[in-house]
Amino acid sequence: MDFNFTEEQTMIRDSLARLIKDQYDFDTRRKVVASKDGWRPEMWAQFAELGLLAAPFSEEDGGLGGGPIDAMVVMEEFGKGLVVEPFLQTVVLAGGFLRAGTSAQKEDHLAALISGERVFAFAYAEPKGRYNLADLETTATKDGSGWKISGHKAVVIGAPWASHLIVTARTSGGRRDAKGVGVFIVPKDAKGVTTRDYPTVDGRRASEVYFENVTVGADAVIGDPSDSLGLVEKVTDHAIAALCAEACGAMKVANAQTVEYSKTRKQFGTPIGKFQVLQHRMADMFIEHEQSISMTYMATLKLDEDEVARKKAASAAKVRIGQGGRFIGQQSIQIHGGMGMTDELAIGHYFKRLTMIDSEFGNVDHHLKRYTELSAADVAVAAE
Amino acid sequence: MNLEFSPEEIAFRDEVRAFIRDNYPKELIGLGSREDLTREQFLAWHKILGKKGWSAPAWPKKYGGTGWTSTQRYIWSEENARVDAMMPLPFGVSMVGPVIYTFGNEEQKAKHLPGILAGDVWWAQGYSEPGAGSDLASLKTTAVRDGDYYVLNGQKTWTTLAQHADWGFFLCRTDPTAKAQEGISFILVDMKTPGIEVRPIKLIDGTHEVNETWLTDVRVPVENLVGKENEGWTYAKFLLAHERSGIAGVARSKRGVERLRSIASQETLDGTPLIKTDEFARKISQLEIDLTALEFTELRTLASEAAGKGPGPESSILKIKGTEIQQRLTELTLEAVGNYGAPYARGMMKDGTNEIGVGPDYSNFSADNYFNMRKTSIYGGSNEIQRNIISKMILGL
Repeated sequence: MDFNFTEEQTMIRDSLARLIKDQYDFDTRRKVVASKDGWRPEMWAQFAELGLLAAPFSEEDGGLGGGPIDAMVVMEEFGKGLVVEPFLQTVVLAGGFLRAGTSAQKEDHLAALISGERVFAFAYAEPKGRYNLADLETTATKDGSGWKISGHKAVVIGAPWASHLIVTARTSGGRRDAKGVGVFIVPKDAKGVTTRDYPTVDGRRASEVYFENVTVGADAVIGDPSDSLGLVEKVTDHAIAALCAEACGAMKVANAQTVEYSKTRKQFGTPIGKFQVLQHRMADMFIEHEQSISMTYMATLKLDEDEVARKKAASAAKVRIGQGGRFIGQQSIQIHGGMGMTDELAIGHYFKRLTMIDSEFGNVDHHLKRYTELSAADVAVAAE
Repeated sequence: MNLEFSPEEIAFRDEVRAFIRDNYPKELIGLGSREDLTREQFLAWHKILGKKGWSAPAWPKKYGGTGWTSTQRYIWSEENARVDAMMPLPFGVSMVGPVIYTFGNEEQKAKHLPGILAGDVWWAQGYSEPGAGSDLASLKTTAVRDGDYYVLNGQKTWTTLAQHADWGFFLCRTDPTAKAQEGISFILVDMKTPGIEVRPIKLIDGTHEVNETWLTDVRVPVENLVGKENEGWTYAKFLLAHERSGIAGVARSKRGVERLRSIASQETLDGTPLIKTDEFARKISQLEIDLTALEFTELRTLASEAAGKGPGPESSILKIKGTEIQQRLTELTLEAVGNYGAPYARGMMKDGTNEIGVGPDYSNFSADNYFNMRKTSIYGGSNEIQRNIISKMILGL
């Protein structure tokens, strides 16, 4: 058992922290978020240059030989800086699917992903599907040797910036069946794809994406088109672990800013941080952050375990981080008082990001339910 | 970073598992860690471990520790929890032992450490007083120098299991003019010394777990002073930090969750096992998730200790979360047994009778266990004091 980072991982962390400090301060971020495009492609190029986009991939896939821990390190730093660029969508999610792709797909897409030329978004959620990855009304039907896709994907984070979409669609079976889920790579400029782009409350960009008889070739399919729910779950569990790491970074800064504020803000002639009721609140915020780090390590280190262990670990982490993030977010605002309500201070923006992380890939209720069902299945297997 | 056990660690696990299986006293199986055991029952496993050299895994090797890595110690506590083993009591091994080998002189080490390791000498903790609980430094018991003796006068309270104790470690005021934290000394006292009276305190769960200890002109040789006179507060704090690491009780709580699951599978609601109802199943899930967070926080703490950092203020997290989970576990167990939480408080059962409990076996004492565990967020520095420690030592407030 070992909780140390490798030299490479520490190097990634240090150089990324420096880059964010120099070029991603809060005022700069505010301007970028308010700009027409809402992100900086030149920042993405710098991420590529630093090796961030290559870090979690094996050497034979053209990467630097790292894995989920490298992604964890990057995402935690992104969380500290409230970075909006689509690392999660491109590297963790699209990269996760492409790892399971054919060598032709890797050659075509993975190399362009790692070099920073190609940016992806993951179109999985639907207006009525909530967090159920199999609840799909989007269909993909056989069309000659290829496929024809139709449907509506909801809140596709990063889609306005993406050149390609990873799309889940039903190829057979009923609306929520586990069987019959396929995964497809679709160029965003394919005929029949339309989008409605909008900003999100936490500074990112997203789209409603509509597919109307969009035709793709057989080479667009990742994995088995009739049975890929397992792959989708696996890749989203990787995304959950990475999101947890991002949350840890945001919690760290929110806590630090709150403690700092309580040392300078005076009421009744004394810094409010001298009041025990607030000291204990901040002690609890500290504990929530520490436990979130523990759960992030746990979930990340269990990504390669058997399916049930992996899923339980991801859900357990998402539950704790959802609860911890809500507590830290709300209390950060409370302790900042009226100033916490202003757009001017960074703290409100950490609060907003932490709030949105809870609902990405399933909120506390969803994952508590999933964990409970998996535990029951676990016990049933043990009893047999 | 990885969670895997090395082949050596797996071999170690198999070795300790086999040792526990072959040597754990059969008559203790199922007794768990109850408060109403006899002195012999309390010490039986400790004595066996003492002979094997495994009674104090966290001690430095030169003083009789095992030299195990933090991972091996983790495996050791997991394996003991699997059989719900009655572990050595903390007063000697986890509390006074580390103070003696860190701050004591050679004579004190030679005199006291072997008895602690062997489980021959039972220690009691003389810290709290009626007027000094969370504000421990306001303690009033005095030790006045008289030739080669200190003369102790005062009253200690919550002296856990002192009815069995051979020796005690007492915090006494040796300089009444100094500021609260200065002027306190750490003194070892033979409990057979004239002038010591131990009176039982009956608790809400019916047990006799703690006592009042009255000290009236108790004459203690000056060589029983640990370290320097008037510097006992430093040693007292050191002891509390040591007490806190290990207080998380993760392995034991894991067993508790298993037991709770088993009870909730046998209890029914509208003909359905309780564990299959959404509401109760999710309560168990939340508890298990919180326990996982605690477990990995403890593993991280162990790893940083292995890297040479002693138990720091972070151990307050383990104390707070560990005790909250232990309490929640007994709370849910009591909920799970429903009506059969009510019969028979433990103290009402007569010693030596064969009277069987009312209701299913698993329901016996579930209310008493819940009542008893309220102590955990009060002792060892209350959970509020732990939050003070975090806000002062870590957050700098």
